[in-house]
Amino acid sequence: MRLPQKPRAALAYLVLIVPSALIVLGFLWLFITSFSTRTEGLRSLGWTLRNWSFLWESPFGPQYPSIWWVTLNTLVMSLVMTLIVVVVSSMTAYALSRMKFTGRKSFLSLTLILHAFPSVTLLIPIYFVLIWVSKIPVIGRGVPLLGGLGYNTIGGVALVMVAFQLPFGIWVMKGFFDNISWDMERSALIDGASRFRVWWQIMMPNIKPGIAALSIFSFITAWNAYLIPLTFTAGRAGKSAVLSLYLQNFISESVMTEWNAVAAVGLFQLIPVVIFFLFTQQVLLNIYGGGKKGGV
Amino acid sequence: MKRKKQSGERGVFPLPLSLKTRNWNFSRLQGRLAPYAFLSPALIVITLFFFIPLVMVFILSFTNLDMTNFGILEWWRPANWSLDNYVKIFTNRFFPKILGNTLIYVALTLAFFNVGMALIIALITTHISRGAGFAFRALWLLPRITPVVVYIMMWKALAGPAPMGIINNYLLGPLGIGRGEYLLNTSPWVFVILVNGFIGASFGMILFSSAIEAIPKEYSTASKVDGATTWQTIRYIVLPMIKWPLLFVTTYQTLSLLTSFEQIMLLTDGGPGLYQTEVWALTAYHRALTSYFGNTQWGYGSAWAVVLVVIGVIMAIIYLRVFKFGELVEEPKIDRL
Repeated sequence: MRLPQKPRAALAYLVLIVPSALIVLGFLWLFITSFSTRTEGLRSLGWTLRNWSFLWESPFGPQYPSIWWVTLNTLVMSLVMTLIVVVVSSMTAYALSRMKFTGRKSFLSLTLILHAFPSVTLLIPIYFVLIWVSKIPVIGRGVPLLGGLGYNTIGGVALVMVAFQLPFGIWVMKGFFDNISWDMERSALIDGASRFRVWWQIMMPNIKPGIAALSIFSFITAWNAYLIPLTFTAGRAGKSAVLSLYLQNFISESVMTEWNAVAAVGLFQLIPVVIFFLFTQQVLLNIYGGGKKGGV
Repeated sequence: MKRKKQSGERGVFPLPLSLKTRNWNFSRLQGRLAPYAFLSPALIVITLFFFIPLVMVFILSFTNLDMTNFGILEWWRPANWSLDNYVKIFTNRFFPKILGNTLIYVALTLAFFNVGMALIIALITTHISRGAGFAFRALWLLPRITPVVVYIMMWKALAGPAPMGIINNYLLGPLGIGRGEYLLNTSPWVFVILVNGFIGASFGMILFSSAIEAIPKEYSTASKVDGATTWQTIRYIVLPMIKWPLLFVTTYQTLSLLTSFEQIMLLTDGGPGLYQTEVWALTAYHRALTSYFGNTQWGYGSAWAVVLVVIGVIMAIIYLRVFKFGELVEEPKIDRL
C-alpha cells in the first residue's frame, strides 16, 4: 500500500527520519570520538589510538582490575543469568500453558503484575536478603568464579537479575508454548512418558525460536545492566565490577571527564552487543510474537 | 500371584484396602503434584526476591531504620512502628513538585513516544519496502539494547554546549535558536522525555508492526476500491484492528514509565535545579540508597517506594477493568488423558 498524497507523505517521512537521524548521529559521534584526540561536534581534531590504551594497561593504577577481568565478570554474570532464566521460565511456562491446577489464573495475573513492579521498591529489602544469603556457608561466599551468591558477588547480582527478568521470561515462553499443537504431547503421554520427560525431550526442542529469543534478550539485558550491579556490589571498580560500573567510573563529577577515553570504553562494551544483535535481529524481533490478540 | 507389570504401565501405590477402594493411585498423585514441581524454581525465586522483600519494605516504611540505627533498631517490633514517614512525605515541601513531575513525565513520554512514535513507526515501516522497514525497526531497537551508561553518554554529547554538542552545532546553530548552551541545563525535560521515549518506542513498535502485518490484505484492497484515502484507511480499518495491542502497550508502558528512573538518574540525577526533573521512583532511590542527605534512610525511602507501588497497583487495576483484560486469559489445553 503506497502513500499517495505527497505533502502528507512527506510530513510522515519527516517525523520518522528526524528522530532516526538523531540516533544515527549519536552512534556516529561515539565511534568518531573514540578514535580522536578531541572532537567538535562530529569533526575530529586528530586521529589517535591512545584512547584504546585501556586494553593493555589499567587507567586507574595497578590496584584496580584491568578491563579484561571486568569483562570476564560481566560475561560470567550474563551467561549464568541467561541459563537460569531460560530453564526456569520454560519450566514455569510449560506448567502454566499445559496444566490445570488451582491458582493458575492468579499466577498468570501475578506474572503480569510482577513485571510492572517498581524495581526501586524491591532494591532496598533485597539488599538485606542478599546479606542474609551471604551468611549461608557454601553458596553464600565460596562458589568459584562466581564468588558466591550473596551480597557483593557476581552470583548475587545474577540472581537478582534473574528475579527481575523472570516475569517477562515466563510471559514470553508461555506464548511460544501455547502455539505448539497438543498431539505430540498426547502421544508421548499415552506411551507413558512422565511430564518432565515430555517437557525436556519433546517440548523444548520445538520451542527453539523462543529459547533463542529469550536467551539473546536476557543476555543483552544482563550485559548492559547498571542499576542492579551498582546497588548490590561495593565500589565501582572493585572486584565484582561489571562493565557498566567500570565505565561510569570514568564519568566522574569532580574531575573533567575525558570524553574520548570514555567513548572508547563505551564502544568496547557496545560492540559485542551490536554484533550479537546484527546476527540475531530476525530472531529477536519475533520475541513478542507468540500471541494472536496480543493476549495470553 | 502378582502379575508382572508390563512396560509403560503405571504402578499402583500400595495402600490399605479401604483407601484403595477409592481408586487413589500414585499416578494420580504424581499428576497432581507435577505442576507444582515445575513451578517450584520460579516460586522459590519469586518468594525470595518479590514476596519477602515486599513484606519487608512494607514493614520498613513504618520504621525509621537508617544507617545510624542499623543493627540497633529492632524494626520487626510493632512498638517501633509509626506513621511518621508517611506524614513526612505528604508534608514535604517538594511533594507536589515530585508528584507533578512524575505525572507529566509519564503522560508526555507515553503520548509522544511510547505509543505515539511507536504507532507512527509501525504504520510507516509496514508500508514502505520490506528491507527499509526492517532497517528502520532495527535502528529503533538500538537504544534499547545499548548499555544504559553508553546511551546516556551519547545523549550528553548530543546535548553538549557548542562547539562540541551535536544538536547545537548542526541543528540549532544554523537555525539560530538558542545560544549554544548545555541543553541539559536549559531544557532538561525535553531530553528526559527524548531519552526515555526513544527506548520505550521500540516495544510498541514491534507489537504494532506484527499486528499490522497480520491484518489481511483484503481489507485495504476493498477500501481502496471504495475510494478511501490512506488516512481514512488507517483511521477506520487499521486502528480498530490493532485495538488489543494498543491497549496492552498503553497499560504496560504506563506502568513501565512510572517505575523507570535509571536513565533520569544518569542523565540529570533529578537536577539541574532543585528537584527539577526528580520523579517519584528516583526520590525513593535517593532517600534509601544514596547518602546524599548524609544518611541512607531505608525506612523513609521505603515509605516513598510503598506509595509508588500503591499508585502502580491502582493504575493497573483501573486499566484491567477499563480495557477488559480479563477476557484475554484463555483456558489451557486439555491436560489429562
